[in-house]
Amino acid sequence: MDLRFTESEEAFRAEARAWLEANVPHDLPSGDTREGFALHLDWERRLFDDSWAVVSWPRRYGGRDASLIEWLIFEEEYYRAGGPQRVTQNGIFLLAPTVFEFGTQEQQDRILPRMAAAEDLWCQGWSEPNAGSDLAGIKSTARRDDGGWRLTGQKTWTTRGAFCTHLFGLFRSDSEAERHRGMTYFLVPLDAEGVTVRGFGRLDGDEGFAEVFFEDVFVPDSDVLGEINKGWNVAMATTGSERGLTLRSPGRFMATAARLVDLWKEHPDPSLDNDVVACWMDAEAYRWQTYATVARLMDGAKAGAEASLTKLFWSELDVRLYETALRLLGPEAELEGPWMKGFQFALAGPIYAGTNEVQRNVVAERVLRLPR
Amino acid sequence: MKFAFEAEQLEFRDAARNLLEKECPPSAVRAAWDNETGRVPGLWDRIVEMGLFELDEVDSILVLEETGRACVPEPVVEAWALKRTDATLAMAGTPYALYADSVDLVVAQRGVGLVPASVGERRPSVDGSRRIFDVHPDGATLELDAHAVTERAALAAAAQLVGLAQHMLDMSVAYVGQREQFGKPVGSFQAVKHHLADAALRLEFARPCVHRAAWVLANEPTDVRAAVSLAKAQASDAALLAARKALQVHGAIGYTVEYDLHMWMKRAWALAAAWGDAAWHRNRVRDAMLKGTDANA
Repeated sequence: MDLRFTESEEAFRAEARAWLEANVPHDLPSGDTREGFALHLDWERRLFDDSWAVVSWPRRYGGRDASLIEWLIFEEEYYRAGGPQRVTQNGIFLLAPTVFEFGTQEQQDRILPRMAAAEDLWCQGWSEPNAGSDLAGIKSTARRDDGGWRLTGQKTWTTRGAFCTHLFGLFRSDSEAERHRGMTYFLVPLDAEGVTVRGFGRLDGDEGFAEVFFEDVFVPDSDVLGEINKGWNVAMATTGSERGLTLRSPGRFMATAARLVDLWKEHPDPSLDNDVVACWMDAEAYRWQTYATVARLMDGAKAGAEASLTKLFWSELDVRLYETALRLLGPEAELEGPWMKGFQFALAGPIYAGTNEVQRNVVAERVLRLPR
Repeated sequence: MKFAFEAEQLEFRDAARNLLEKECPPSAVRAAWDNETGRVPGLWDRIVEMGLFELDEVDSILVLEETGRACVPEPVVEAWALKRTDATLAMAGTPYALYADSVDLVVAQRGVGLVPASVGERRPSVDGSRRIFDVHPDGATLELDAHAVTERAALAAAAQLVGLAQHMLDMSVAYVGQREQFGKPVGSFQAVKHHLADAALRLEFARPCVHRAAWVLANEPTDVRAAVSLAKAQASDAALLAARKALQVHGAIGYTVEYDLHMWMKRAWALAAAWGDAAWHRNRVRDAMLKGTDANA
């Protein structure tokens, strides 16, 4: 055990810190609005130009071959510097690990560089009006056609779907098969004939959600990810990333906790001391749990159902961080501002990526091995 | 940065676990509730022979966890804090000396120093195996760093709390897997599952804080307070939650003294309150934050 960063890790941190301090924009509007999204793309392309968009990827796709430790360091520095939300996250953090694991060489070479450069913008097409937590209940279908498939159905709650260019999603390719079987994972350009996208407001009013309609949309065989009818397994690899550390790394919560401590110093309230420190301590706990997890992964362990513990922890911590800030603000809490905005975003955490009720079932059944 | 134990450290933990399963089964803990010392005859020598009190913090932290897991009724925290095998300890904030009537030396705090003390009246701990006593400081200052001893005691208690929480969780998982109501194991019900998932969650995030504090004590001993407070606060909360959830999912059987759970639960209550409870440690971090010193260090 050695909790000192190596010289090269420290050098990586210093380089990231210097670049971020010189480049991070501090006045971007929400990336979940049409105008804001465009400005965020400028930022994403700036990250890409200097090879900071996807540090853990191979250099040939625009990365730096950074280790998992270095990736965590980058994330700490990114949020410490006040870096904005990553509007490319569903591509680079959710789809990309799946493409690395299941994609053909041709798919990797075609998809990943354009994703890193924020040229192709990916959104997730999983949930449907009647299939949320019960993802295996999806009804959208894929029908065989010459050289590919025809997709029909509806996806919803698609984050930033109205602004993205591509969608990755699950469709039922074998209508006879039972629930988890008979699904296939497709990659679909949203300008394909037969696709209709309708954006709508989230809780905070931004057009951050979309529903996506498919009417006999043709997708070539080359845009199937993984095996036909094995989409569930491919999708589960993505949920591992989504629930685990790739989507929401500790740096983000450490930065929020540091801002909360600053706010508390400006608005002292002894009755909230304990809550402020408890939040800060949980952000620290998440950091150390993550470094321990990464050490196991680097020794060859696979990320498993433990990712559900991580998702529970950060999503509930995030809500508490913002709730505590709003209590410190007292009557000012009502005013539109970063804490109220962040609070509303944090409230989504225990719902998306599998509700926390589902995560607790996963922990109980697959980590603790309780009977189903 | 590599946050992982070495193979030898894991082997040492496994050896300790095997030893304690044999030498300190629940029946031995139960017997300590009623015998003359509150301890397990012969066990202390075996623990001392393992070398626990000679190793550094990282090498010994997993074994300290095991002594909690086995609910060992011995002055492990105190001896490890003092780095001597024949002594127990009381300090400001933890005023009662454990097993003061069966050790050679009782150490107590006077001002900022540590001094020998004579044994006063026995106090009734909720944990019947914890024989605790008032102390009367009455000697010349010992060559001991009171600050270092305090931090080591809090860390050892945190490690034991993690072990206690793990055992209560394991007992609960086993119990709800076999106890049937409404024709199925109660562990198949979501309400029960979610109780135990909550306990597992706090434990999962407390444990690395304890391991990290051990590393800080061994390697960066100049500023350990934030790390120790993080560890003790998280471990105390995790153990109290595990106790609460374990009792709830056991139902009435857990609410008896015939079933073993109560011994682990009561130890957790005692240790969560000793060596600074969670609120005390959070207050300490708060004070450091307000003074502008780096609580992160």
